[in-house]
Amino acid sequence: MDTQLGKWEVFMQAKPGANYIHAGAIHASDKKMALQNARDTYTRRGEGTSIWVVPTDAIVASNPDDNDMFFDPSNDKTYRLPTFYVMPEGAKAI
Amino acid sequence: MELLEKNEKLQDKASGSFEAKIERDDAIEPRDNMPEGYRKHLIRQMSQHAHSEVIGMQPEGNWITRAPSLRAKQILLAKIQDEGGHGLYLYSAAETLGISRDEMIAQLHSGKAKYSNIFNYPALTWADIGAIGWLVDGAAIVNQVSLQRTSYGPYSRAMVRICKEESFHQRQGYEIMAKMMSGTAAQREMAQDAMNRWWWPSLMMFGPHESESPRSGDAFKWKIKRSTNDELRQKFIDKTVQQAEVIGLKVPDDQLRWNEEKKSYDHGPINWDEFHSVINGNGPCNKQRMAHHKKVHAEGAWVREAAEAYRLKEEKLN
Repeated sequence: MDTQLGKWEVFMQAKPGANYIHAGAIHASDKKMALQNARDTYTRRGEGTSIWVVPTDAIVASNPDDNDMFFDPSNDKTYRLPTFYVMPEGAKAI
Repeated sequence: MELLEKNEKLQDKASGSFEAKIERDDAIEPRDNMPEGYRKHLIRQMSQHAHSEVIGMQPEGNWITRAPSLRAKQILLAKIQDEGGHGLYLYSAAETLGISRDEMIAQLHSGKAKYSNIFNYPALTWADIGAIGWLVDGAAIVNQVSLQRTSYGPYSRAMVRICKEESFHQRQGYEIMAKMMSGTAAQREMAQDAMNRWWWPSLMMFGPHESESPRSGDAFKWKIKRSTNDELRQKFIDKTVQQAEVIGLKVPDDQLRWNEEKKSYDHGPINWDEFHSVINGNGPCNKQRMAHHKKVHAEGAWVREAAEAYRLKEEKLN
């Protein structure tokens, strides 16, 4: 039986200190091959300084159909945002 | 309260029906609801696009061992590796729609899935490598720049990545043509011959006129497609004619004229009979391209099997 090997999601850090961002996916049989294939596929022009690979089926994603309910708790808590607060006139650097 | 509204607006952006998202120009993501027709249309288009990148490695691969210098050989190798990479970006984007890579390759081999017609033409001389980079990749860029705004998120993101890399491809091709045009009479003749053979197939890459394009209605409604085939073709002609003139190449179209009124070129009729004949398997290289892909796929099976066997063994040991 033919196989295309397991699927892995690739996350890349563009430079030290930056967030890891999803780049795409690759196929590989194990961790080592996954890292090498991710490097060959997504960093041919120095696009990254660090790579994470994660088996695709290990990723848990929220369901867009539940968005209203799922993200609702943050909606009425605007006091979590800095712009909620009234600063006294003339105050600087705050 | 203003803040609250702003927050809710942000929330709305991620929810709502498929139609509402398309209407708002929001990207559709893999887990979003989508009509079955949308999914099918994308699988067909994206897998065809991926297959084209991979099959497109063949005409150029023929020239790796015959490249005229080490510099040219290195460039060609890098370009072909990019094409393979582009195929992989697109296969992985298409897989988010629920089709496996196995299935896509099986569809290519059975003939159910197509690839771009242009790769059914042979690369006969070194000038063809120049023409492929300059014209074929040039045409692909015009199409792909437009597709960066396609409605399916993973497809759009793959296009952004691909477009960043394609301009190297086009420039290296144009450089080959320019070099040959400043060379000997025989070299100039070779470059013009490649131009003559690749010009019309490159224009056909954009597909038939909209009135003859069977699925374009849905593609526009769903914002998969943002410009018509004819609009993109015109854009390509308008920017390429000047490039040909600069290096002294003649565009093989007697009816090509600048139209001052519409500020673009008028061109002669395209031979759609040839287009349909090549699509239906009668191009110079259809059989060769497919046979080669099948052969290499079958010959590489043991590598994939060995990799899986190694993984199983390592898992047992650890």
